[in-house]
Amino acid sequence: MSLIEVRSLYKRYGEKEALKNINIKVERGEVLAIIGPTGAGKTTLLYLLDLLEMPTSGRIYFDGMDVTQPGKVRLEARRRMAFVIQKPTVFNTTVYDNIAYGLKWRGAGKSSIRQKVDSILEMVNLSADKNRNARTLSGGEAQRVAIARALAIEPEVLLLDEPTANLDPVSTSRIEELITNVIHRYNTTIIMATHDMSQGQRLANRIGVLINGEILQTGGSIEVFTSPRNREVAKFVGVENIIDGVILKNEEGLVAIDIGGKAIEAVSDYSAGEEVCVCVRPEDITLALSPAASSARNSFTGKITRVVPVGPLTRVEIDCGFPLIALVTKRSAEELNLASAMEVYASFKATGVHIIKK
Amino acid sequence: MIEIWHGLTKAIELIISLDPEVLEIAGRSLRISVASTFLASLLCIPLSSLIHFHRFPGKRILINLIQTFFSIPTVAIGLFVFVLFSRAGPLGGLNLLFTPTVMVLGQMILITPILLGLTISALSGVDKAILDTARSLGASGFQTAVVVLREARFAVTAAVIMGFGRAISEVGLALMVGGNIRGFTRVITTAISLETSKGDLELSIALGIILIFIALVVNIALNRIQQR
Repeated sequence: MSLIEVRSLYKRYGEKEALKNINIKVERGEVLAIIGPTGAGKTTLLYLLDLLEMPTSGRIYFDGMDVTQPGKVRLEARRRMAFVIQKPTVFNTTVYDNIAYGLKWRGAGKSSIRQKVDSILEMVNLSADKNRNARTLSGGEAQRVAIARALAIEPEVLLLDEPTANLDPVSTSRIEELITNVIHRYNTTIIMATHDMSQGQRLANRIGVLINGEILQTGGSIEVFTSPRNREVAKFVGVENIIDGVILKNEEGLVAIDIGGKAIEAVSDYSAGEEVCVCVRPEDITLALSPAASSARNSFTGKITRVVPVGPLTRVEIDCGFPLIALVTKRSAEELNLASAMEVYASFKATGVHIIKK
Repeated sequence: MIEIWHGLTKAIELIISLDPEVLEIAGRSLRISVASTFLASLLCIPLSSLIHFHRFPGKRILINLIQTFFSIPTVAIGLFVFVLFSRAGPLGGLNLLFTPTVMVLGQMILITPILLGLTISALSGVDKAILDTARSLGASGFQTAVVVLREARFAVTAAVIMGFGRAISEVGLALMVGGNIRGFTRVITTAISLETSKGDLELSIALGIILIFIALVVNIALNRIQQR
């Protein structure tokens, strides 16, 4: 049996259904990221997994034990896990005492506590601050204390709720580095919730997409990003071009899709007549000023409606009779002099198109 | 005006010369009120945690009721304790009426609602994230309560100070169940009331100053403790 197994889990708050029919299995040593927009139910799911709250219905098994019934077994199971909640929270005492708490509650001896806390402090680079009151730390430091406090008890499962939300980029990369360290050093099973899909991709080996209280897809991080199972997932993982269409024909796996007068070619098994959504990632679209000979199966003429710089990239919105969004480097945009009302040729490969059946 | 000035200088004289009667009355006041506050805290702080951390029907009503009793007149408690311990009362056989013991007991009853109510609101003021964090780190119910109490220590100390303030400053209860017996149950407030009616303003003012001074010292001491 898996280390954690969740079966048909539901959680209701009054009328609101926060979680619907959740089924997950987490193996020992696995890093699972639950990604989803804010308010999707990620925090609620982690609270249920850490046994801090009771589900409305359904079962949670921890290491083979049913931990859904109230009783001592829940505290015992909870003591084998550690949960870092979203808000960086520290107790109003020294950094050292903060990290020692979990060990004290497990009845550890003074010298073993000292040894463990000191080594963890070194790992999170806070040794110099050990006698400081934790309330005087910055948000990033407080989060490091919170993670250190969780690690001190050497949990079998580490639950992290948006570990880098509200932190600056420097603190974020430090925390991510720390998590990567933990993954390599302790082989801890980690379940983390994040709204940042790229963070999920960076840290996890499996991803579950939670939208509106439902897990819509689970799979390897590349799979979820390249082959989203439905429209909601596609939207969340950054597929900005989702176009409705009907398959016109399928010739040896190369399909032509009618998208209202125009046709898009893609590689797919679907047969003629099926209604589908055509997904094209904006970074897979190339722009040119003239129709150049190319191996790309799809090429459309369109007028630029908007050009927006996004960091090192430029987001170009084009009206090709249907809206299309392309993401090109800033330098390319400058070299091509891309601007509103300009005519451009947008092309993308048939293999770059992902088809979702409606 | 001259009379007050005269009283004040006399009072300071009484304090500086460590007048035995003044010291004796002040000491008794302090002992009785410290005892009642200590015992009431011992009872109320765990009880408040129990009320705060448990969900049960009628909890809101209970808290409202506790808060209502903040303003119960001291004479009402005095009457209740008097009836309870008077010779014909249910606890008359204990022969405790007009003793310091029954004064401690009365003051405990008097300040219990304040201690309960203010400790509950102190605990409610602690961020839920603290509670969740403690539980997630494997704290049992009792360990969680201790952590939350620790986080609320400033507000809980304030509750204890409030309770002590009410205990040492009340007069109705001490008079009714203590009887203001010289050398036995006479405390600062009952002495002030008696001496003022007798026209001995000096002693009254001296005791008044001492009462405020005691309150100051207790405040400082408790503040020191909570800063640890």
